[in-house]
Amino acid sequence: MRALTWHGKHNVKVDTVPDPKIVNPRDAIIKVTATAICGSDLHLYDSYIPGMSNGDILGHEFMGVVEEVGKENTSLKVGDRVVVPFVIACGKCFFCEHQLPSGCDNSNPAEKADASEIAYGYPMTGAFGYSHLTGGYAGGQAEYARVPYSDYGPIVIPEGVSDERVLFLSDIFPTGWQAAENAQIKPGDTVAIWGCGPVGLFAIKSAILQGAGRVIAIDHHPRRLELAKANGAEVLNYHEVKVREALTEMTAGIGPDSCIDAVGLESHGFSPDNIVDAIKTSVRLGTDRAHVLRETIMAVRKGGTVSVPGVYGGFADKFPVGAFMEKGLTLKTGQTNVQNYLPDLLQLILEGKIDTTDLISHRLPLEQAAEGYKNFKENQNEWTKVVLLPH
Amino acid sequence: MSHDPLSTDAEVASPAFIDKDNVEGDYAASSIRAAMINCPRQELYDYWSDITNLPSFMENVIAVEVLGPGRSHWTVAGPGGMEIELVSQITEDIPGERIAWTSSEGSDVDHEGWIEFKDNAFGRGTEVRLFISYDPPAGTIGKVVAKVLQREPRVQARRELRRFKQLMEAGEVSTSKAPDAAPRASRHL
Repeated sequence: MRALTWHGKHNVKVDTVPDPKIVNPRDAIIKVTATAICGSDLHLYDSYIPGMSNGDILGHEFMGVVEEVGKENTSLKVGDRVVVPFVIACGKCFFCEHQLPSGCDNSNPAEKADASEIAYGYPMTGAFGYSHLTGGYAGGQAEYARVPYSDYGPIVIPEGVSDERVLFLSDIFPTGWQAAENAQIKPGDTVAIWGCGPVGLFAIKSAILQGAGRVIAIDHHPRRLELAKANGAEVLNYHEVKVREALTEMTAGIGPDSCIDAVGLESHGFSPDNIVDAIKTSVRLGTDRAHVLRETIMAVRKGGTVSVPGVYGGFADKFPVGAFMEKGLTLKTGQTNVQNYLPDLLQLILEGKIDTTDLISHRLPLEQAAEGYKNFKENQNEWTKVVLLPH
Repeated sequence: MSHDPLSTDAEVASPAFIDKDNVEGDYAASSIRAAMINCPRQELYDYWSDITNLPSFMENVIAVEVLGPGRSHWTVAGPGGMEIELVSQITEDIPGERIAWTSSEGSDVDHEGWIEFKDNAFGRGTEVRLFISYDPPAGTIGKVVAKVLQREPRVQARRELRRFKQLMEAGEVSTSKAPDAAPRASRHL
């Protein structure tokens, strides 16, 4: 089959690779009908995430038609149209039984789990196409994908709903939704959201659906700010205003009740801390540029909540621990428990309560995936979300 | 949940902390590892006590043959593509709780080990502890490899318990082996 593969920093290409096969009883093989490039794929593209190997297939946002099922899989049948969660979870362990599938103890293969156990204290959960730290699973930017534990994760989509309307159930819609839930929004709250990429936009939509009175979105790409505004946010361009001053002024000195960091480890900008971070990461002294995380902690009101859906991978210094403690903050983080949200979020889509397609700027055949990566990275203003069509 | 440290439950709830760096084994390389497994204790014991089940999750085991009561012959993949022949004798078998074994005549490698199953007092499943100790196979491989292997039981105990947990909880052993489970491009492209 054809698949988008990683060969090093800024080096991805569509190659011919072997077809995946059913190897375990709960597996399914999916013929991929639509897949997307995620902002977090750019962290792989930019070589910020350790544990990548030359030849890995990328892609964790995908959906398609069930082509084949393993013998223990009684919940999916050949021909079902499904969206696949990016988190691979067994559905049976302590974490899955406690509604924490993103903490699944079983999906990371035993020989792959050592690295993240050393890096993070306990092994990370498996995920599609996102380095060998999360299992070394092949991703979905391909014609076919093997889906482990496919009787627990994937959700069957009813007829008459286009791929584009449901594709983002795989990651960015539930990720934006969980980011808003983690922000502990109460009716009428003011929520500030850093980053108007796909996750930021879904966090805006979700915060409003969850009762936020006011959403303030921060970015510097005019097109992305326009999208945020069209979704009901007030917007701040950080190239034009000082973000913290603006937030303090807009909230008359109280500050936002919640702040969401939908940027993560590659934050841009020209603040002194970020320039130091950029120099350090370029010589591999540190790994993460954490300017946005620091700014959320400084900007949020006393007793407020900081929610972090943005991906971080390693270490960051100058964490404002004084502000974090003295202001009595709550910090909530984590990979998304996608499986928990799918039935309810699919219902919101079917009822027309959310537009899940307005962020799509480009639709490309899989063969042009490398061009998609390059432009999504270099022209973030115009390329807001890329959908790849493998067939 | 309140918990009286003087009650008999305390012993069950808080097994003595085991310092992994000071595990007492008869042999040079030893390790112990614990895993909470979300399955009934008896089910786990029953699966493990039928040693013909063990190759289903022990990656290095090529074949197991039962020689007699408690006595078995193992063919195990060793370093550098060599095959190691082990002969093992069960020395203790407490149904539902503990199995211990040691090497027997004819074994290439001297070894011992045990596995214990305990109910978690707070309903989180079964606490499983695996101990492995052996003399690293040296000889032709030389001292350098033997030194590397000092840490090997630790890796082995950790990975075997993870795979046992996957198999018992999820019904299968997670894998991303190329090419079937996880296709990938050739490095030379």
